[in-house]
Parts: sequence; structure tokens; C-alpha cells
Amino acid sequence: MTFEEIREKLAAKFGERIGALAPANKDSWLVVPAADIVEICRFMKDELAFDCLMNLSAIDWPKRNQIEVVYHLWSYSKLHSFILKVQLDRAKPEVASVEPVWKAADWLEREQYDLLGVNFTGHPDLRRIMMPDDWVGHPLLKDYKEQASWHNISTTRENSLEAYVRLDEFLKKAAEKKEQPS
Amino acid sequence: MKPLEVPTMEMENKEVLRRIEVGGDMLLNMGPQHPSTHGVINFLVQTDGEVMKRAIPEVGYLHRSIEKIGERCTYNGFMPYTDRVDYIAAMFANQGWAMAVERLLGVQVPKYAEYCRIIACELNRISSHLISVGTMSMDIGAVTPFPYALREREFINDLLEELCGARLTYNYMRIGGVAFELPSGYVEKVGTFLDHFEKILDEFNRLITYNEIFIKRLAKLAPIPAQMAIDYCLVGPNLRASGVNFDVRKQVPYSIYPELHFDVPVGRGEVGVTGDSWDRFWCRVEEMRQSCRILRQCLAQIPADAQIMGKVPRKIKLAEGQEAYSRIESARGDLQYYVVAGPGENAHRVKIRTGSFTAMGIIDALSRGLMIADLVALIASLDVVAPEIDR
Amino acid sequence: MANNYQGDFGSVITSRTSFIDEIINLARKSSIFYLLFGLACCGIELMQTGGPRADIDRFGSVPRATPRQSDLMIVAGTLTYKMAERCRLLYEQMAEPKYVISMGSCASCGGLFQYAYSVCKGVDKLVPVDIYVPGCPPRPEALTEGLMRVQDKIIRERWFSDRQKVGQPKPSLGVDYQV
Repeated sequence: MTFEEIREKLAAKFGERIGALAPANKDSWLVVPAADIVEICRFMKDELAFDCLMNLSAIDWPKRNQIEVVYHLWSYSKLHSFILKVQLDRAKPEVASVEPVWKAADWLEREQYDLLGVNFTGHPDLRRIMMPDDWVGHPLLKDYKEQASWHNISTTRENSLEAYVRLDEFLKKAAEKKEQPS
Repeated sequence: MKPLEVPTMEMENKEVLRRIEVGGDMLLNMGPQHPSTHGVINFLVQTDGEVMKRAIPEVGYLHRSIEKIGERCTYNGFMPYTDRVDYIAAMFANQGWAMAVERLLGVQVPKYAEYCRIIACELNRISSHLISVGTMSMDIGAVTPFPYALREREFINDLLEELCGARLTYNYMRIGGVAFELPSGYVEKVGTFLDHFEKILDEFNRLITYNEIFIKRLAKLAPIPAQMAIDYCLVGPNLRASGVNFDVRKQVPYSIYPELHFDVPVGRGEVGVTGDSWDRFWCRVEEMRQSCRILRQCLAQIPADAQIMGKVPRKIKLAEGQEAYSRIESARGDLQYYVVAGPGENAHRVKIRTGSFTAMGIIDALSRGLMIADLVALIASLDVVAPEIDR
Repeated sequence: MANNYQGDFGSVITSRTSFIDEIINLARKSSIFYLLFGLACCGIELMQTGGPRADIDRFGSVPRATPRQSDLMIVAGTLTYKMAERCRLLYEQMAEPKYVISMGSCASCGGLFQYAYSVCKGVDKLVPVDIYVPGCPPRPEALTEGLMRVQDKIIRERWFSDRQKVGQPKPSLGVDYQV
């Protein structure tokens, strides 16, 4: 089925909540309201045979003050794909988790929570996955500032030339101390 | 299937992670430095002696923030980083990125470059599967097939080194084509290697694949039914071993695969249940054989003109908001790149969806009631590598 | 730089104790057991170095899975902050005298991941490194040369006299990890 046909079936079921397909640059996508995402996904899995959530990513748009969550869906039986997008407020990004629909969403959503701070309500186990548990901040946000050190390991590296100079002076002082009659 | 009787995730995690003794069970760390986990992955194993209650995977020990670096680099400059996304099958990662950006630009890759890409990729598929089956045999306890696999891999390393200069992280593909043309005499060298390798595959089968102890160890171990595999988004040989006949090269063809004839091995439950660990092992061995077939066809059909790059602008600048999605069949399955172009010369967001990442999600569900040695066999049969999980 | 110990044979004649040093160190350098600490891409080249073609088993080096039984830790690959504490723990679990090879550019200085937020810029922030092997990844021949440099370090150690005592803390470039 093409994107148009899928969109028509969705519009037939959900009415005005479905917008129009975005103008196609290469692949066109459909923006849906965040409140209906679980219902729409369940419809797509049961009626339109989208049995696989291929990819779930979150994109930070600071200029639009939004975080977009993009769902790429795939059907093994019908061999068609579709793209759904949900736009969330950047200050407090929250959307319902689609883990009840596809189990693959479990780890994919945990990763987007860890890296961009999107809160997936209803997720059974939302905790950090890539970064250490006590990391502060969500790294993939555009305004993320790296911290100076973590657990006493500094995050920058001094210039090797300066390091060698320092090492030379240290060794020289150690040699002088040895030669001095103690 | 009877539903598993387990308490809720939150309650269970709090107990397992915070307390040492949960009703007399042990809580062990398997990893992150471990000879058998494939890379730095940690498993929190709640076990009663040898039989496990749960095995929770913990990843992130190799998270190198490649996606964030993608937002700083130019499109061409990101190619070496894609090598490190999956260093065992680096050519596929290169090709996925090149295809995604070529889709954004609308660039046509010349035929000769496509053939070079496929030759490099299929050689890399053989090399990656060799590591996979070699380390899997070593994890089970059979140490001999591992040096066999490494010895064959050295020949492939020599071939790829002659092609692009590097043994492991190739950086061979470019946006719009490849970096170097095939050296002189290359077609004959690859032909000689293939003649030698197909005999080695038969020897390998006699040595380990149909070995009685190996079959007893792996048959009926952690069978994954097809519906569960699709729901957890398993891809590649893992999915095909469960009986789902899906290969990106056949169903969503790209590059010159429509012109090549090859079979796709699908698990049949030959010695046990469809979708058990032996099937996943067998799928990889048979895929190596099919790769040899593809290579022979490529070497015969390669065009004579040596045009390695299409027409690509010198500086790639794109309007903000354009997106592209590319899918290729990597050694570990469906490798997908999602690129959102940013204003100027770098991307706004790069998301790489790898097969190993989603395969980790299924380990927790499959590991109840297995023994610790079986967990090692399960991880090895799913062919997870740490860089693909963590990026 | 004297990288063969032929020069030191002069001391065999002049001093009895250094003859015993040579014998002890010959035994030690011919059986360096290394800890399998392959983290990333360099880990694959580490495996290939122990493999059939570039075989470091002919130098007597076999991989050990546990730090308690190894003398050498080859840090092969990118070290992230999450892994850094485990790296330090493994180093402390090794018994003296112990050596560290930092293999590849990621372990030496952070490699090509300078802009990464989660990569520790060099393993020498945590452990004192003896030999740095450059490369991305280094060829098996390069790692073998690194191992031979460690052997040269071992053969120069003296157990009974004052020159370079075994086990003295080595000045290192960048250790800033406060335990």
C-alpha cells in the first residue's frame, strides 16, 4: 500500500485528528497528536499489519521549541513502511509509551529517554541505558554542556607538549634531590 | 503458551538491583570484562546455583557518542566514524551512510562503483561471519575452530588491505562511489581465495557444525518463535533462523542485487526446533556459502570502465529538514540510517538503528530458567557486538 | 637507545648479581601473560595478534581472562567513563610487578573521539602506562613490537642493585584519578 492509501485508512478511522501527509522531500511522514499515539499504533498493528517498529528516534529542534519523536513502521507480511511523527514541547517532552504494542519499543524508548530526556509515560522500566546511572543531563540536546569531571576523572586532556615539559621538570627535580647530600 | 508468572518490572528491578540476596539467590556480574560476552556488555544475573532466574543486560560501556559527532562532522568526514559503528563488518556501515546521503542528494552511483561496493561488502560478510562462528564455537568450549576462522580471516584481510589500505576500519566508500578502483590482478586473487575457501567451509562443517557434541549443546536452546522475533524486531540471521524469509537484499533490493542470483538460508529446525541456537549458527555458515556465490557472479559481470565516483558537489550543503532513510543487509541484519539534514555542511540528527541493539532486548525474556553456560551460548548465537549496541 | 641487551652482557662479566638479574628477567620476559582487555576495534586486532599468523604465543604470551593471573594489561580500544572505574579496579587486582600497554590511539589519547562526551581521553588518566602503541587499529606487527619493548623494559630491571628497582612507581604522563 502506498503512503496515501495508508493515510486514507487512518483518516477514515480517526477523522480530524490525522493531518495531511507532509510535503515529500524524499519520504513523506504524518504528524499525529501525542495523545492518540498508542491508539493509532494499535490500529496500525492490528488492521494495517504493521507488525514491526523498525526505528524510534527523537530529534531536538531548539528553534521551533519542539522535540519530535519519529516512528518508522514496517510490515513483514505486506512489505510496506510508514513514518509517524509526534511533536512535543521542548521544556517538558512527554508521550505515552508504545511498549504495549511492540516489545521492541522497550529499549528504543529507553535510549531516547537517556539521550534526549523524552519521558515515555507508562514505560515499565525507564532508566538510563547508555550513560552511567548518575550522569547529569541529556547529551544529545543541542544546548548540552559537558561537565568538567565525572567521579574525579577530568574530561579534558592537557596538551602533550606541556605534559612532557612538566614531566621533564619533575624528573630533573627528583634527580637533584637525590644528588643533594641529605 | 503459558504466560510467565513474574512480578512487575519496577518491583523486580528494585529488588534485584538494590539487594544482594533475593530470597537466597545470588546476584552476579557477568562482565563487562569477560572473555565470552562479545565486547563490553554486563549482565546482572540473578541465579540460584547454576540455573538463572533472570539475566538483565547492561550496556553503554562502549558508548562513544557517534551520533553526536555526526552533528559536528561534514557528510564526507563522518565516514570513518561509521566504520566504528560495527567494526567487524565495517563496509556495510560505510555503505549505509553513503546510501542515505546519496538519497538526500539524489546522486546516481556508477555501475563499476556499485560492483566494487558489493565485492567489498560480501568479502566483509564472510569475514564477519567467520568471527561470529569462531567465537561462538570457542564460547561453547571448542577452541579449535577459532584459529581456523582467524586463519581464513587473515586471507580476507590481505585482500581488503590491498583494496583500500586498512585491515579493519576501512573507510572505503565515499558519498557517490568508492575511494579506489580494484587493483590489477584483483579478480584473479579473489577467485583463488574463493576456490580455497569453499573447501574450507566443507571442512568446517565436518569439524564443528554437524559435530554431535555441538548439536547436543545447541539444539533446542532458547528457540525464538517467529512472531516473538518480529515483535522484538530481531533482524538478519536471527530472524531468518526463526523461519521468517526476509532479506533486505531480496525484498527491498538496493544497489545491483536485483541482477545477482543467490539463495537466502531460512531456518528449518534441522536438528531441533526452528529458531534455536543451532539454526542461527547454521544460517551464518550457509550465508558464507551464498556470499561466495555472489562474489563469483560479481567478478564475472564487473564492467570494464573504471568509473568510481558519480557527480557529487565538492561541498555538500543541504537545506534544513530534509530526511532520508536507508536500509541495508549487514552481516548482523538490517542496518538502518536515519539522517536529518541540518543547515550547512553537517547533519542535524543521525540515528543508526542496528540489529544488535534490538537483539539485547530479547535476552531478558529468553533467559529465565537457562543455565549460565546456556546464557553464553545464547549471546553468542545472537551475534551481538558491543559497538553496534552502544554506538 | 639500547634496545637489545647485548650491551648489558658487559655487566654479566663485571657483576655477579646482575647475572642473576638477567636469568630471572629472561624467565619473566619469556612468559608474559596478558589480560584480555579488548574493548573495541583494537580488541579484534588483539585477537588476530594472538591468532595463527602474527602469533605472540611464540613469545610465550598467552591471554588470561582474569587479572589475578596476568602480568600485562593491554588496554585495547576506547575507554568510556562508564568503563573507566572497572579498568582501574582490574589494574588494582593485578599483582605486582605489572605493566600496561596502551594499544591504539583511543586508549592513548582518546583517538578520533575528541568531541565525544562519554569517552575518557586516554587510559593514562587512570593507570600508569609503560608502552603506547600507535595505530587505528595497530597492525599485529605493531603490537608485537610493543610487546617486545615491554620485554626490553623487563630485561633492564635490577632486583639487587640500585639501578631502576622493580616495582617503583613510574612517573606517568597524565594520572589524575584520585582513588
